[in-house]
Amino acid sequence: MTVELQDLRKRYDGRVPALDGVSLSVAPGEFMALLGPSGSGKTTLLRAVAGLEFVDSGSIRVFGRDMDGVPARARGVGFVFQSYALFRHMSVAENIGFGLRMRPRARRPARTEIARRVRELLDLMGIGELANRLPEQISGGQRQRVALARALAIEPQLLLLDEPFGALDAQVRKELRLWLRALHDRLGLTSLFVTHDQAEALEMSDRVAVLRAGRIEQVDAPDRLYAEPSSAFVHGFLGESLRFACVVAEGVAHFSDPGLAPMPTNQKPGPAVALIRPHEIQLLPGHGAGHIESVHATGPLHRIGVRLGPRLVELLAPANGLALAPGNPCTLDLSRARLYPEESPR
Amino acid sequence: MNLQPTQEAAGTRAALITLTLLLLGLFLVLPVLVVFSQALSHGVAASWAALGDPDALASIRLTLLVAAISVPLNTVCGVAAAWCISRFRFPGRALLVTLIELPFSVSPVISGLVWVLLFGANGWFGPLLARAGLHIIFAVPGLVLATVFVTLPFVARTLLPLMQAQGALEEEAAVTLGAHGWQVFRHVTLPNIRWGLLYGVLLCNARAMGEFGAAAVVSGHIRGQTNTMPLQIEALFNDYDWVGAFTIAALLSLLALLTLAAKMLLEWRIGLKEAAR
Repeated sequence: MTVELQDLRKRYDGRVPALDGVSLSVAPGEFMALLGPSGSGKTTLLRAVAGLEFVDSGSIRVFGRDMDGVPARARGVGFVFQSYALFRHMSVAENIGFGLRMRPRARRPARTEIARRVRELLDLMGIGELANRLPEQISGGQRQRVALARALAIEPQLLLLDEPFGALDAQVRKELRLWLRALHDRLGLTSLFVTHDQAEALEMSDRVAVLRAGRIEQVDAPDRLYAEPSSAFVHGFLGESLRFACVVAEGVAHFSDPGLAPMPTNQKPGPAVALIRPHEIQLLPGHGAGHIESVHATGPLHRIGVRLGPRLVELLAPANGLALAPGNPCTLDLSRARLYPEESPR
Repeated sequence: MNLQPTQEAAGTRAALITLTLLLLGLFLVLPVLVVFSQALSHGVAASWAALGDPDALASIRLTLLVAAISVPLNTVCGVAAAWCISRFRFPGRALLVTLIELPFSVSPVISGLVWVLLFGANGWFGPLLARAGLHIIFAVPGLVLATVFVTLPFVARTLLPLMQAQGALEEEAAVTLGAHGWQVFRHVTLPNIRWGLLYGVLLCNARAMGEFGAAAVVSGHIRGQTNTMPLQIEALFNDYDWVGAFTIAALLSLLALLTLAAKMLLEWRIGLKEAAR
């Protein structure tokens, strides 16, 4: 394994734990996303791997080597900061060559060799014409490429990225996502990347680790994570989710909202919660305790508002010629919902 | 005329500007002019002779010596303190910030008296030091100590907000790229703070050369030995040696003006850099 994290714990003085027993393995060549809401500990985890943060307990192994007591500068890990942290007084080329210039004399390449490598990286990033500009004279997307080139200059096999697209606008973001993933594959890197954007994580990664309050909720490939979320939290965090409270008794879940058919389940008896994506709900028009309140016929699926007692449920359904006029009675089929035990508040 | 809500009428503006210039002229420019005119009142030759006086020369040398010791010392300590405070959270951090500012809020005379209390003939460590043959009060070490104390805040106080605003990210980036402590400081921290640092050093130097109160307490006023320029000026003034007093005063003012000019040059350069952005 490229990265092996064993039961990492970290608590900033007097506050809730930032890392509460995190164990995680990243395979060679893998592109893994650390996904979670702000405060879930994902950045702390990344910084701990880089050696910028110290954990209270647990072990970090990178390429089989125990990182305990190894200073950040000796870890040989590439790190791209959220705000890029480019050296503001150095040109783009000087920024990229920094890691090579700082090497001890014995391992430092010759000046011309450094210049050649910088040139290579500039070309790789497609920013050759920016070599002599200062960071403040280039755009956000260009800065991001410089930051990446600078991290790659020391030839790390492990690349850590902290919200690398956080400061960019949507268009540039999309473009850079594909480009970064392609670069990762081409260079044979192993990448660990922090994001709070689920679309970004699902689109780019081989596997996604979902973090919550300093713990890992689930680690899985994007499709499995989306199709089989292991907890209500993961379900709710990845993609649009609708939540229905229910009570399980004798292998059947009874919904609290009116007019919903009970569904069989193997959950333990007691209060539970059913989560379902808007397009997984089946609309059964014609009769029932609910009625259609609104129909937005835009896009491939219609967004339909259904009133169930005090609650308005917005679902997505294909326009298949059903009688969808507002006011019509209907009911909902939730048989594709996933049931989870009632969450204990964290 | 269309007035913006924050603009005053032309007449009001002119009146305010005139008042400001008048006050500045009266309290700042006029005294400097008087110093120079008094210094040269008996001709250049008399002033030149006053400067050649051994006691005067000794005071100039002493002032330069004291500044040459205390300014580098406070530069190093100031950078270290600003770095610690801006980069780390530790118990007593707020107290340290307050302590650094202490010399600003304490009268220089008290700053001098502290050293007399500690190292004077009847002070805590005085007798011990006297037996060892060390003289601090009424000697050069005392002057250096007093000056260091009074000028302590300048560098640290100038750098602190700057370093806090810049944050530690660039330094962290340098570390992940393999730079060790000194390389990080030399290639990342220092270039980022250089203008602020130079500015703080200039302020520190101006105060080190001009310090009177604290120096007066620890000096002992021995002419040719422990009189710095400000003290020598007072001594000559009390002797009714107008030309002597004002000549050294003129020289000291000149040093101050040079410092100010250097500071303006610096601000102008920084302004140019900002404008280029």
